[in-house]
Amino acid sequence: MAKYLLLKHYRGAPTPVNDVPMDDWTPHEVSDHIQFMNDLAVRLEGTGEFVDGQALAPEGMWVRYDGEGRPPVTDGPFAETKDLIAGWMIIDVEDQERAVELAGELSSAPGAGGRPLHEWLELRPFLEAAPPADE
Amino acid sequence: MPEVNAVLVRRGADFAAAEDAVQDALLAALAAWPADPPKDPKGWLVTAAWRRFLDAARSDAARKARELRLYDEPLPGLAVDLDDTLELYLRCAHPSLTPTSAVALTLRAVGGLTTRQIAEAYLVPEATMAQRISRAKGTVSGVSLDEPGSLETVLRVLYLVFNEGYSGDIDLSSEAIRLARRLHTVTDHEESAGLLALMLLHHARRPARTRPDGSLVPLTAQDRSLWDTDLVADGVTILQGALARERLGEYQVQAAIAALHCDARSTAETDWVQVVEWYDELVVLTDSPVHRLNRVVAVGAADGARAGLAALEPLDPELPRYAAVAAHLHENDGDRPRAAELYAEAARRATNVPERDHLTREAARLRRTL
Repeated sequence: MAKYLLLKHYRGAPTPVNDVPMDDWTPHEVSDHIQFMNDLAVRLEGTGEFVDGQALAPEGMWVRYDGEGRPPVTDGPFAETKDLIAGWMIIDVEDQERAVELAGELSSAPGAGGRPLHEWLELRPFLEAAPPADE
Repeated sequence: MPEVNAVLVRRGADFAAAEDAVQDALLAALAAWPADPPKDPKGWLVTAAWRRFLDAARSDAARKARELRLYDEPLPGLAVDLDDTLELYLRCAHPSLTPTSAVALTLRAVGGLTTRQIAEAYLVPEATMAQRISRAKGTVSGVSLDEPGSLETVLRVLYLVFNEGYSGDIDLSSEAIRLARRLHTVTDHEESAGLLALMLLHHARRPARTRPDGSLVPLTAQDRSLWDTDLVADGVTILQGALARERLGEYQVQAAIAALHCDARSTAETDWVQVVEWYDELVVLTDSPVHRLNRVVAVGAADGARAGLAALEPLDPELPRYAAVAAHLHENDGDRPRAAELYAEAARRATNVPERDHLTREAARLRRTL
């Protein structure tokens, strides 16, 4: 049993094979893509492996503490696609092999021309919250 | 009697069940004490209340198990047959299930936890857990009766549950102990006894293992007066019964190692030579690289850090906790710069948060002295 984050972002990953920006797809292709994501989430709930899936707005801002009694400082947004985090899925699976299998499947979501995106997903294991009871 | 109540809760009873048990014990005291006043009234009450709690927990679990039978067959009379109980354990941890599914099904059908409780304990949505359990049921209901399952997988599943510790309201370690105790009563097998003893001996040390803020306390620094001596005594008795049968298994050996720790007043007084001997047995029985690594720690304590480092040499550096063990040995060998580096590496490779934080603090502690 292990939880993994499948993170869809564009920081340092090689370019996906089917590299057409989403706003250049046909509306039908966009719908198919979204449907694929939803279907996969439903299927993983059925296999008892789904934990969470979220999409993020493309633009956010930077925030930091600015000292006692002062409001936080904000900056941005800096809408640079190379830093975009599009969303994530969290799965709870038997082992890493299964996590890789599912990440591969998620990466096959259809894009332009209905062809698989082959986009790179980052797979990160969760740290467990509790230490084992047998130290 | 809030102290008596607290003892029961500390041993793993939930609050309401502990209160009920203490009330029953007080009633019994009213009847028994006038004729035969005990020397230690509190001790008497703790013992009486704990017995009542265990009886209640067992009959409650048995009732739940009856209600949650996998098959819609009529109830076999009033009492659950011992063979039926064992059969349920074997089905729920059947080798045809993945460990994840077996854990979920065992907690639901044998342990009687609700799907929501199991989902909360494992931090997944209830719908996901419901599906996991229902698929597992589907798998084992297709298993024919001539594939009877195996006690080995049952024990492994219970140990997995035990090791999950607790997150949220459900104390999975206590739940695993309850399940192992019941299994022990229906199996008459030395490894069932060994597993139960192992769990009790680890559980006895739990109050000393973490600080109130959740940070880990290593064995050397634990306040041993916090160890639960009743649980230790219980574990040791059960272990002795198992060892007397002279059919050694991995759980009995691990319990024997835990018992040696529980028997010592400090790490300095621990019989490390005997600990190493038990690890030798364990490595023969399991051939597990993780046990080989644990053996190295014991060698380092028995024969000195140099001997520990020599024993570490042939092991695979990719093993979980390898860097942490190496750090500990190098520190004891006086090489603090190397130890600090290794603690930092061990922290990066830790798989749980309290361990990572502990190792980070160890690295920081050493670096301040450099």
